[in-house]
Amino acid sequence: MLVLEKLSKTYEGARSRSVLRGVDLVLASGEYIAVMGESGIGKSTLLNLIAGLDQPDAGSIRLDGVDLTGLDDDALTILRRESMGFVFQAFHILPYLSLAQNVALPLILNRVADNEAAARAGAMLAAVGLHGREASMPRELSGGELERVAIARALVHQPKLLLADEPTGNLDPDSAAQVLALLREQVKTRQAACILVTHSQAAAATADRIVILTAQGLRETG
Amino acid sequence: MPGPAALTLSPAALFLAPLAQHKGRLAVSVLAIALGVALGYAVQLINAVALNEFSQAVRSLAGEADLEIRGPRSGFDEMLYPRIASLAQVALASPMLEVDAKLPGRQEPLHLLGVDAFRAAQVQPGLIGNARADMLDLLRPDALFLSPAAADWLGLKAGDRLAVQVGLSEVSLRVAGLLHGSGRGRLAVMDIAAAQLVFGRRGSISRLDIRARPGADADALQARVQAELPPGLIVERPQSDLQRNASLSRAYRVNLNVLALVALFTGGFLVFSAQALSVVRRRSQLALLRVLGVTRGGLARMLLAEGALIGAAGAAIGLAVGYIMAAAVLYRFGADLGAGQFRGLHPDLHAEPWASALFFALGVLVAAAGSLAVALEAARAAPAQALKAGDEQQVFARLQPAWPGVALIALGVMCTAPGPVGGVPLFGYAAIGLMLVGTLALMPRLATAVFGLLPHPSGAGARLALAQLQGAPGQAAVSLAAIVASFSLMVAMAIMVASFRVSFDAWLDQVLPADLYLRAGISGDSAYLAPQDEARIAALPGVRRAEFLRIQQLLLEPGRPRVTLFARSLERDDPGRRLPLVSDVLTPRAGAPPPLYASEAMVDLYGYALGKVVEVPIAGKLQRFTVAGIWRDYVRQHGTVIIERELYASLSGDRNSNDAALYLAPGASPKAVEQAVRASVPGGANLEVGEPGMIRARSLNIFDRTFAVTYALEAVAVLIGLFGLSSSFGALVLARSREFGMLRHVGMTRGQIGAMLAAEGALVSALGLALGLALGWVISLVLIHVVNRQSFHWSMELHPPWALLALLAAALLLLATLTALASGRRALGVDVVRAVREDW
Repeated sequence: MLVLEKLSKTYEGARSRSVLRGVDLVLASGEYIAVMGESGIGKSTLLNLIAGLDQPDAGSIRLDGVDLTGLDDDALTILRRESMGFVFQAFHILPYLSLAQNVALPLILNRVADNEAAARAGAMLAAVGLHGREASMPRELSGGELERVAIARALVHQPKLLLADEPTGNLDPDSAAQVLALLREQVKTRQAACILVTHSQAAAATADRIVILTAQGLRETG
Repeated sequence: MPGPAALTLSPAALFLAPLAQHKGRLAVSVLAIALGVALGYAVQLINAVALNEFSQAVRSLAGEADLEIRGPRSGFDEMLYPRIASLAQVALASPMLEVDAKLPGRQEPLHLLGVDAFRAAQVQPGLIGNARADMLDLLRPDALFLSPAAADWLGLKAGDRLAVQVGLSEVSLRVAGLLHGSGRGRLAVMDIAAAQLVFGRRGSISRLDIRARPGADADALQARVQAELPPGLIVERPQSDLQRNASLSRAYRVNLNVLALVALFTGGFLVFSAQALSVVRRRSQLALLRVLGVTRGGLARMLLAEGALIGAAGAAIGLAVGYIMAAAVLYRFGADLGAGQFRGLHPDLHAEPWASALFFALGVLVAAAGSLAVALEAARAAPAQALKAGDEQQVFARLQPAWPGVALIALGVMCTAPGPVGGVPLFGYAAIGLMLVGTLALMPRLATAVFGLLPHPSGAGARLALAQLQGAPGQAAVSLAAIVASFSLMVAMAIMVASFRVSFDAWLDQVLPADLYLRAGISGDSAYLAPQDEARIAALPGVRRAEFLRIQQLLLEPGRPRVTLFARSLERDDPGRRLPLVSDVLTPRAGAPPPLYASEAMVDLYGYALGKVVEVPIAGKLQRFTVAGIWRDYVRQHGTVIIERELYASLSGDRNSNDAALYLAPGASPKAVEQAVRASVPGGANLEVGEPGMIRARSLNIFDRTFAVTYALEAVAVLIGLFGLSSSFGALVLARSREFGMLRHVGMTRGQIGAMLAAEGALVSALGLALGLALGWVISLVLIHVVNRQSFHWSMELHPPWALLALLAAALLLLATLTALASGRRALGVDVVRAVREDW
């Protein structure tokens, strides 16, 4: 489903910095992997390249056979809108929208009818344990609950690929464990592929496999 | 290697460095404060200097007098002089005849004093000055002495001759010398008997200065003298003259000062929006300072100090510019600010320490006040949250609860009821300020109410825009406030000026019904038309009817400017046809006193009312009249009464006139009649002649020139509003950069985000313009019915220029939307990746 080949990225500047060098990766539908590595090695850069938010210097990224490096910004945006979901460390839930409105956001952007969007957002909230909280505002929720909303938003439009960057970085261990379990459950239920970037061994342990990003590329750990 | 400066940190650098990062916004804020300070300081300087000069002139005229008797401008019987001089407590009395002499070919009259040289030398030695040395010249009937300022103005020296207009004729006088030490005003002094002879005022004086015997009780003497005086004369302390003259220009000065305060207010508002933006940018830096040990109070003080620093810079520039403005105005127009009240004074300018300190402090205070809300909010923020990304929107979340806004507006409405304070509509100005601030404070609630009523749009961008405005009204309120404040002030001024202009135009139509107008002299009181001149004019071929008007000045109350009396022919059956009446016409019942038509100022200042019987001093006697109508006078703000001319002539014996209105026979040419008047009337060349169209065009031209400054201020208000919108929108966009980053992640295109921002800008602007229009309309009502009425004592009809306002609103909506979009460029170019990353 997702194939990375010989992916390289260097940041130009006064002191040029090479963060990715010859990265190869193949990810199948429904597969859930964790990417680990030391700080600054390029984990987030890898996610940004896959999301089409940044361009590689060399190599290719193919999603269902489509090479992302050949698409312009609008095409990449539409691809993200339709085929990807995102979970951020800082949640990024819009404070002025209700939980249902936040979750329905990708559906609205994909021009799903209002009624259907509301129904799917409600169902998705129920799936992440927030049944009956559709009209609540983000300020009424705890950090763990907000991350559940973020997961619901990331999956509500049934993306092929979910990208999660330190999704439990702002949570206490108990909440983090619950969110990771939920994330895995939802990914598996919806047969989406998921890349989880994390420093946490506990978080990585919930994945099907763990890859370590090094200066020489990706290395499987088992 | 970094230099030593880069390795040290002074406390000032903590707030100077951030200010220096936004030079453009800083400069505009500083300039707005500078504009307000400059305008206010210049008006204050000019006025203070003018009043100081006038005070010196009054002292010079009054000399060592303890009391002075004044009356109608036309003077009073000189037989009063020996009667007063013989009173036991009076040491000395000095009679004087004051005449504003019309000079042929000149617009401004020459203030001429006829004095008894021997008396004046004892009571007003400063006035006589070195003329005492030429006492004999001072007694000659054709000689006068000029003050140096008058000699300069006229370009004359000792021995030259000066022509003055008496009636329509010219009389030549000899300049016997200069009055060194007579003060700095333009004036001339001659013998009182000679002046009475030259100006046809035999037996008449216009002022009597009294010196009390040593040890006499001045109050008791004043009461004793007042008892001796016929109606229409008043004995008062010399200071009353100063008070009276100060009051002449008070409304004009106060209105200019209020314009300065408006400029200062907008300056403070700019400081607020610029500081809000700056604090959003530095939110995590400020939180870091809190973490490192800066107290809440310390942080608030630091941000207040930033605002104060902007204010100090603006105030310093404003003081310098204000001084230069004042000097330029004094050089170009003299000390009367164009109002004509202190004509002839050309004083030197001195910076006054207390005024400089006051306006500097005002500039600093206004700017600090603009920073207050932002500083308090920043100090309240929890440092741990503020250090993290995504907390920036809190800056706009806690600005104003609703109740203070409602309370301020209610207080503002109550302030429209009280009358003026010392002739100044202080409560009216307070009402405007309170309504404006109250409405601004209500912005979040109004935004919630209005945006909550709007239907959901279909596009994702527009839908998000509306949701954002509904869900975060505090954010919209900052942008709204910028538009509402500027647009409402613009609308208020536009409605007031348009209403005034339409009313003035209609008024001119009513007061200029004739085909040709003649005036013996535009200024001064020595020019007049004698009965034989009137007869010649009325008999000219082409003149169907001629009506003549006598203008006199009466003193009704101590400390108040004189009231104007018009004696003219009135149509008994329908006086409203010839008078711009604002009341019904009342026909006095049989046996009641004859009718008098009072201007609105007489109602406000002297309590005149329709049907009331009033007493007016004419020729030393109180005459009773019935107020038969109230009319509108857009020329004289201190009161005017109109009575039948024949009645006036029979009461006063004065059969001269000042103006004539000629109704021409069909087919007669105004030009030909003008030529005939000039040719047939002796001194006809000295007549001012005008056709109604010309007078009307000139009047409207003067009107437009007078209000040109308000158009300029309206443009400034709009620019400031757009700048405020740009600042507040910039702050919002910055605060929401993470939101835009997330939206780009989940699939919103740059175009959609742009559309969302444009929709937000358009919605906010549309609401702001609608609220601004409503508030502006309310403020215009206060301006028209309270401020204007209490300042100038004339009414006007409401004539909002709807087409102009609609056009302006449409243009502003477009400009505001573009401004919002331009401010959002940052959002369109936001680094999507960085925007969603945690900061630590």
